[in-house]
Formats: sequence, C-alpha cells, structure tokens
Amino acid sequence: MERTERYIIAGSLVALAVLFAAVLYASQVKGIEVPDCITGVEPYKEGSLQKISDNHYQWFVVARMWNFEPAEITIPAGATVDIYLVSKDVVHGFQILGTNVNLMAVPGAIAYQRHVFNKKGTYDVLCHEYCGVGHQQMHTKIIVQ
Amino acid sequence: MERVVKLSRFTQRILWWELFIPTVLLVLGVYHGLLQTLYRAGIIQSTSFLGLEYYQGLTLHGVINAVVYTTFFAVAFGNALFIYYLEKEPKPLWNGLSFGLMTLGTILAAIPMLSGDASVLYTFYPPLKAHPAFYIGAALLIVGSWVAFFNWIPLYLEWHRENPDKKIPLAILGIMATFIIWLVATAAVAVEVLFMLIPWSLGWINTINIPLSRTLFWFFGHPLVYFWLLPVYIMYYVMLPKLSGGKLFSDNAARLVFLLFIVFSIPVGVHHQFTEPGLSKDTKLLHSLFTFFVAVPSLITAFTVAASLEHGAWSRGARGLFSWMFKQPYWDKDKYLFPYLVMGLVIFIFGGFTGIVNASYNMNLVVHNTSWISGHFHLTVAGPVILGMLGMALYMMEHISGRRCPWRWGAMVFPYLWTIGLAFLSTGLMIGGLHGEPRRTNLGITYLNPQSDLYRPDWETWTTITAIGGVILFIAALVYFIAFFGTLIWTKAGDEVLYFPTSEPLHEERKVAWLNQLAPWIMVLIFLIVVAYTPAIVEVLENTYANAPGYTPANPLPQLPNP
Ligand code: HEM
Ligand SMILES: [Cu+2]
Ligand SMILES: [Cu+2]
Repeated sequence: MERTERYIIAGSLVALAVLFAAVLYASQVKGIEVPDCITGVEPYKEGSLQKISDNHYQWFVVARMWNFEPAEITIPAGATVDIYLVSKDVVHGFQILGTNVNLMAVPGAIAYQRHVFNKKGTYDVLCHEYCGVGHQQMHTKIIVQ
Repeated sequence: MERVVKLSRFTQRILWWELFIPTVLLVLGVYHGLLQTLYRAGIIQSTSFLGLEYYQGLTLHGVINAVVYTTFFAVAFGNALFIYYLEKEPKPLWNGLSFGLMTLGTILAAIPMLSGDASVLYTFYPPLKAHPAFYIGAALLIVGSWVAFFNWIPLYLEWHRENPDKKIPLAILGIMATFIIWLVATAAVAVEVLFMLIPWSLGWINTINIPLSRTLFWFFGHPLVYFWLLPVYIMYYVMLPKLSGGKLFSDNAARLVFLLFIVFSIPVGVHHQFTEPGLSKDTKLLHSLFTFFVAVPSLITAFTVAASLEHGAWSRGARGLFSWMFKQPYWDKDKYLFPYLVMGLVIFIFGGFTGIVNASYNMNLVVHNTSWISGHFHLTVAGPVILGMLGMALYMMEHISGRRCPWRWGAMVFPYLWTIGLAFLSTGLMIGGLHGEPRRTNLGITYLNPQSDLYRPDWETWTTITAIGGVILFIAALVYFIAFFGTLIWTKAGDEVLYFPTSEPLHEERKVAWLNQLAPWIMVLIFLIVVAYTPAIVEVLENTYANAPGYTPANPLPQLPNP
C-alpha cells in the first residue's frame, strides 16, 4: 500500500467521523430521535384521541386495511401530541408529511413518537408501506387550528 | 497472447444456461419497471395493465431484477472465476445440482407470482401471506447458490495446499468474500422462511411473531446488497485497470476491501428498521455506527480504482491533473466492457452518498419508505451492479459460446443510455420522495389522479421526470437485449473458452498473511454479529405482545386455516 493510500484511508475515517458527529449532535443536542421502545402502554384495539391538558394530547392510532382510526383529528396549534400506533392486520406505514414523524405499524408491537404541532394548517398522513390492494388510498389528515 | 481456458462441454452448457435464463426473465423485469413509472406518473390510472396488476408486477420486478438475476449471475461468475484463475473445474455433478435447484426454485416461485397468488413484493413481509410455492421456490434458489459455493470450497483449499507461498488470486478472494457474506446472511432468512413462513403458509401453524420475522429478514437484507455489489467490485479491481491499459494501484488495498466487507456488511441490518417499534434507539444507533464503517471499503475503492485508471491514462501519455479522465477507451467497441464498469463507478458516487444519508439514524426519518429510497437504490443495484453484471454476462457469453456479438456498437452505447435514463429516474424519485411521495404505491389511482380527493399536483413534475427516465431506460434495455440475444444466434467464430482481462499490480507487494486468510476475519464477523444482534433479538422478543395470523392482499380478514 502506498503512502497516499494510507492518507486516503485516514481521510475517509475522519470524514465519516465528522458525519457521524453531526448525527449525534442532532440526536443529543437537538433532540431529533428515532422511535424508541416504549413500556407501560397497554395494547389497544380501538383508536382514540385523548386530551391530557389544553396543549397535550395522546393519539392512539389503529392502522388497518385500508384506513387509520380515528380518521381526521383536530388539535390546537402548539399542542404536543404523543402518537401511538398499532396495526390490526398487516404492516402499514405512517408518515406525517412536512414533519419528522415517520413510523411503521407492525402487528404485535406499539410504535410511539412525540410531535409538537406549532404550525397551523392541514397535515397529510399517509401509509407508505404496501399493505394490499387498497394501499394507495390509505390516508388521513391532521387539522391544526 | 493472453491466457484462455478451455471448457468441458458440460460446464459450458451450465454457464450458458446460468446466463441465459435470468436474462430472459429480465425482459419481463424491466418491462414492468417502465410500467411502474407510467402508473406513478398518472399516465396509467388503473389497478392493472394488460392483465398484470401493479403490485403483482412490482413483485416480479423486485424478485427478478434484484434476486433471481443477481443470484444466477453471481453463481455463473463464481464458477467461471474458479475455472479461469485456479484452472480447476467445479465438480460437474454438484454444479448441475446447483443449477437444477436454482432453476426449479425460480419456476416454483414464478408460478404463484404470475397467477397473482404471491403479490407480496420481494421483501415478502408477513403477515401478508403468499402461496407456499413462492417461499419454497425462494428457498430452493438460495440452497442452489449454497451448493455452488460448497462446490468451490474444496478447490480453494486444494489450491492453498498446492501453492503455500503464493497469494490467492484477487478475484478468488473476492468471490469467496461474496459467498461467505451470502451464506451467513441467507442463514437468517432461511430460519425465517423454513421455520416461520413455510409452515405458516401451509397452515401448520396459525400465527407468527412479526417483529422477529422482520429482524431476521433485515439481517439478510442488508448484506444482500453486498452480495450484489462485490462481484462488480471484483470487476473494478481485476478487470477495469487492464481495460484502461493500466495496472492495479494496490493489490493489498483491494484485498483489505474485500475482507472489510466480510466484517462489516452484516451487523448493520437494523438501519432498515429505524422507524419500527420493538427495537430500542440504542440498538438503532449502534447499527447506524457500524453502517458508517461499511462505507470505508467503498471509499478506498473509489480511490484505488481511480488511481488505477489514472495510471492507465498516464502510461498512454496523459499529463496534468484531469486529462486522465478523458484519455480512456470510452468509445472503443472492442473494449465495450469499459463503459459498463466506468459508468457504474460514476453512478455509484451518487448511490454511495445517498446511502450515507439513509444510514444517518435520525435523518432516515425524512426519507424512510418515500420514493427517495427507490431513487437511491436504483443508483446502486440498477446502476453499478446491473451494469457490471450485464456487461460481464455479454462478455462471458461471447467467449463461452465462441460467437462475437454482432452489434458491438449497441453493446457499447447501452451503458451510456442507461446512465442517462437512470439520472432522470433517480432524480425524479428522490426529489419526489423529499416532497413526501411514497414508494411501493400505485400513485396513478389516487395521488396522481386529478379525479381523486387525494390528488397531489405538487408531485407531478417529479413523477413525470421519473417516467421520462423509465422510457429511456426501457429503450436502453432493448438495445442490450438485441446485442445479447443476437450474440446467441450469430454464427460461431471460435472456440468455447473462458477469458477475463486481468490487471497486474503496479508494485509487486509482499504477501501479507492477514490479507490472505479468511478465518480471522470470519471470527471478527461472528463477534460483531453477537454484539449487534443479541440486543436486537432480545428486544423484539421482549416487546412483542401478540403473534399475527396471515392475510391476503385483497382481504382485510385474517386467513385462519385452523380456527
Ligand atoms: C427499465 C429499468 C427500470 C425502471 C424503469 C425501474 C423503475 C422502478 C420504479 C419506478 C420502482 C418503484 C416502484 C414503487 O415503489 O412503487 C422500482 C422498484 C424497484 N426496482 Fe426498479 N426499475 C428499473 C430497473 C431495475 C433494475 C435493473 C433493478 C435491479 C437490478 C431494479 C430493482 C428494483 C427494486 C428492488 C425495486 C423495489 C421493489 C419494491 O419496493 O418492492 N429495478 N423500479
Ligand atoms: Cu399501505
Ligand atoms: Cu441496508
């Protein structure tokens, strides 16, 4: 191996370390986290939206072939929403466009992510995992007033 | 005169069929690639076209292009490398068995896919359930590829005994690394298929653990991409410098690259599961970190291969900083393999960078399951991988059949056309994805249909660019197929032999023991698998509260054989 090649290997390691440091910065300092395991939430079968306080909600979502329950929720701007997600049948996806909320609904486990809806407007939520013949119509909305 | 190796009749037939069958299937695979772009652009607004349903076609597209073609090619290429570089012929009996199993498996899996009883996509995520023949066929295909590998191991050991002081030829080290990764990776998916999916699809068991099945699948799913890529890396190191008229810049660096892939390509699978429940964020971060390590060998490759090309140009009189890039045999019809490989490298720059984005833990939240991902992997598997394989398949076919491709100009321009098509396809898919366009979705029915409540006019620009890419790619593919199938029916011009252009190393480097042994690296691999997968498996088992029955794609009610 030539010297230039050793430099290249060292340089690659440094470049990757910088990129990974950026990932860690986003996660540890900015708090942008991927979904973690959650404990203490009972498995549920019915979807619901529960108000904890004026600006804190719990949204228990059930994904099924081919809709989300409860469909269309309305919440006030600035609300913190704890999103729980289960599947009643096959694997589904759950992405709130324009946010970092991106989850998989996997039968047998509960997915969780928290999001603060600061901006008013209508957010599209769509299923982004193939879930059968009706997959392309599996969609809901969040209205933030 | 360069060394050629004569083939026995039987081995010649096996190699011929191992290249012919997947290429025939690929016609259907790329046909549906084009159709997918048309559905997604809203040009076809229907669930099916000419009797082929969208998700059925997407299943065929993924299975044929990414699994069947690549596996047949890797086995044929491996057989040929052993024959050429070690001058040892794999045992005909086992070679025939391997081919027979792969072919039978492909037919078994094709029947339910074509009849619409296996529209579960190439990842076959349960609890969507396919016809048992689909899983059994997939298993036989994999076992057939194992038999080929087991047939090479004695040849590898025998060569070492006969040549204790020599370095193993680089191509052989590369193909051994490829199949070690493949064997370890497929073991996990074999557990999923044999102990979970087959008994469940046959109705012997009612329910299975879905998070566990997914973790087993992705244990296999990521190394699968290195199984695709490494045969092409062999071409970059062994053949490309020679085609460019140069020498391999560093033989030891090349060896290190293959060995690093053995170590790092497997303990990273959870990077496909960042958004899933059941796995902790610590496990996800660990797999993200390991994924960054697996980028190292690719960065070394970019340097070493570029340096080899530069050496080639310099030896032909190029001077200055950049002129080496232009003094290459881009338009030499007799070296048509060169553009397949070099265009693949160019495309892989983009494939690699977008891959680092995907691997970046929290950044994955922006792109996961959007069409960005499809844009990314067409820059890898449908770029460097398929270009290298298609080029080499034609090259090998010419030699083993003793016929010259009648349309060498077509064979030569194909990779350029393909690259242009791919640039459109992936640009459209990736930017669309950043705007939220989902992958694996028949957009023409809803999101790209002005009559639908869900219509998204803001995606139209990107889906149209994607469709333009699809048309160019399809035309390019036709050019290739004419060149390939034309070769088969052309008149015979020579002997049925094997020949590979082979680069010499620039410097005769001394033999470094740890760069010529597989065992120590396999030990490190096992250690890293234990570190990376113990928490993953424990977590999915702990966090799963119920197993699931099966579903067919058209029915929201479970299929319970023994209620
Ligand atoms: C004519 C050339 C091709 C075109 C136009 C094309 C187009 C596409 C499109 C639009 C998708 C996304 C469909 C969706 O997610 O709804 C897709 C998926 C895919 N393509 Fe291609 N493709 C081509 C060639 C290839 C090749 C050569 C390979 C591999 C060797 C390949 C492998 C895949 C895979 C693995 C998927 C993912 C399937 C899935 O998500 O289940 N494609 N292709
Ligand atoms: Cu869906
Ligand atoms: Cu991966």
